[in-house]
Amino acid sequence: MADETIPRVSGEGAAPVLVPGYTLRTVTDKISSIVIARKIPWTWWPGFGLSALALGVLVVSVAALFYWGVGIWGINRPVMWGFAITNFVWWIGIGHAGTLISAFLLLMRQQWRTSINRFAEAMTIFAVICAGLFPLLHLGRPQFFYWLFPYPSVYNVWPQFRSPLVWDVFAVSTYFTVSLLFWYVGLIPDFATLRDRATRRWVKAAYGVLSMGWRGSASHWKRFETAYLLLAGLATPLVISVHTVVSFDFSISLLPGWHSTIFPPYFVAGAIFSGFAMVITLTIPIRAAFKLHDFVTERHLDNMAKLLLTTGLIVAYGYLSETFMAWWGADPYESSMMKDRLQGIYGPVYWVVLACNVGVPQVLWFAGARKNVPLLFVVALLINVGMWAERFVIVVQSLHRDFLPAAWHLYTPTFWDWATLVGSLGLFSTLMFLFVRFLPVISMSEMRALVHQRQGKADA
Amino acid sequence: MSRRGDVYGLLAEFGDPEGILEAVRRAREAGYRRMDAFTPFPVEGLAEELGFHRSAVPAVVLAGGLIGAAGGYLLQYWLNVVDYPINVGGRPLHSAPMFIIVTFELTILVAALFAVLGMLALNKLPMPYHPVFNVPDFALASTNRFFLAVEAADPRFDPVRTREFLQGLGAKGVWDVET
Repeated sequence: MADETIPRVSGEGAAPVLVPGYTLRTVTDKISSIVIARKIPWTWWPGFGLSALALGVLVVSVAALFYWGVGIWGINRPVMWGFAITNFVWWIGIGHAGTLISAFLLLMRQQWRTSINRFAEAMTIFAVICAGLFPLLHLGRPQFFYWLFPYPSVYNVWPQFRSPLVWDVFAVSTYFTVSLLFWYVGLIPDFATLRDRATRRWVKAAYGVLSMGWRGSASHWKRFETAYLLLAGLATPLVISVHTVVSFDFSISLLPGWHSTIFPPYFVAGAIFSGFAMVITLTIPIRAAFKLHDFVTERHLDNMAKLLLTTGLIVAYGYLSETFMAWWGADPYESSMMKDRLQGIYGPVYWVVLACNVGVPQVLWFAGARKNVPLLFVVALLINVGMWAERFVIVVQSLHRDFLPAAWHLYTPTFWDWATLVGSLGLFSTLMFLFVRFLPVISMSEMRALVHQRQGKADA
Repeated sequence: MSRRGDVYGLLAEFGDPEGILEAVRRAREAGYRRMDAFTPFPVEGLAEELGFHRSAVPAVVLAGGLIGAAGGYLLQYWLNVVDYPINVGGRPLHSAPMFIIVTFELTILVAALFAVLGMLALNKLPMPYHPVFNVPDFALASTNRFFLAVEAADPRFDPVRTREFLQGLGAKGVWDVET
């Protein structure tokens, strides 16, 4: 059994996808022990505490918003979108890399996806939760958010289906539901493993309920694999559609800086770009905290860095195209918008965008930089900042000067704008901390299949 | 009616996927039909060896997609054209291109819901209790052991001879399974 002809994946000269020597048992032991044996590093507690504190900030900010209304934010005509929509677009973009890893790489049969898909999917779900919050909060009367859905009401009027804002409701809620389903289906066999390994009665019962009585029957696996593959096939076009619809929120309007056909692909690339930056930002500390270097190897970081570079270049093309079209189109409003973007009051933010999203990723051309973990972490953090700034420029800078100079107005974020942003980061990291504590961060059943595939050793 | 203490069948434990594949093949040859295999990860070809060839999941997903697509489009058509037509700037009430997005999203949504619920329903899950859970070693079925269950309902089943047969297949252990 030792020397068999396993089809080798490409790039075998590089670091392996899984460090050799693991068996079905040891791979399961290592991942499940984080949850079952409570081998949580002490750093979990201060991390969780800090996140919970930031979550508290969100609760207070939302309470303040409900009490005083959207006037506590810096928004005013013509900049009615401000931080809320900036944060929405940023968060939903982050989610995209998770779906790309879990669905698209599955369809492409990329083995390196196996050890990172679980927490990338978790990241997607938590990012979509944060994203979904903002459009609702900025509604003005958030308690009536359900008016967005076509339900029979006494008003008789239905939502306007020709509006991108209604498309958003359908796109984002579908995206959240499908991501959650995909994540849960992948977790079912792992819940069964945790059920079988749990020692305390109520823990066993909890995981037992979640596993739905999964017992690994051959025909069950067959249907499971088919359903999983089909979900991946459904999630892939979905993820492209979600940020496309988000970009329609802008590009369907007539505003200079928004009304552009490059927006859908440019937004999707930007989403994947920022999402991969966030995956790297999360992978590096999780891998260090739980000592998962054998499962998340240099190969994974290297591949993600390459994807970061690729999508970064597409985003750079988007910037270039926007600038070029502003000049080529010879529309005075477009070109004055672009001049303002480069030299106006929000100019420095745009230069931060260019530095972080176009300049910084260029170091990833070098293999040495892709293998340098601290450097990669810094690059990913800067891209996160750069992508947030990009969304800010698109939303605020384009809005603050439209056609009539009499209507121009500056937007300055208030304390509550910042507090809500920090609070959403708190919500995200609180959910992330709870996830690593209570659920397996790596798919155990897929790792077992990988061990079998790569080593041909079934037992030890 | 089955009572506690009745025999559901026999459960044989194997150490590797090749072992279980071989065992299933030999048991099929010996004429056993009411069998099931339990593995910690999907073993290629195992379901086929057990006589399970076509899964109905793709058909269910297709049905879901079609329902979602038709439902999504007709929903918008009915709301905008039939139930409460509003003339906005002289645009057509039935504006097909604008209906595509919501139709697409609902296609994906319903297809995905059908995929998951269909998979669970076809697998008869959730099923909190199953006789095989009575065997203590079965807990390893989700880690590194592979199990073959032969049901007592199989016409060829015989408590003694089937046990000997399973042991002859190289099983690490054979257990009685209570219902």
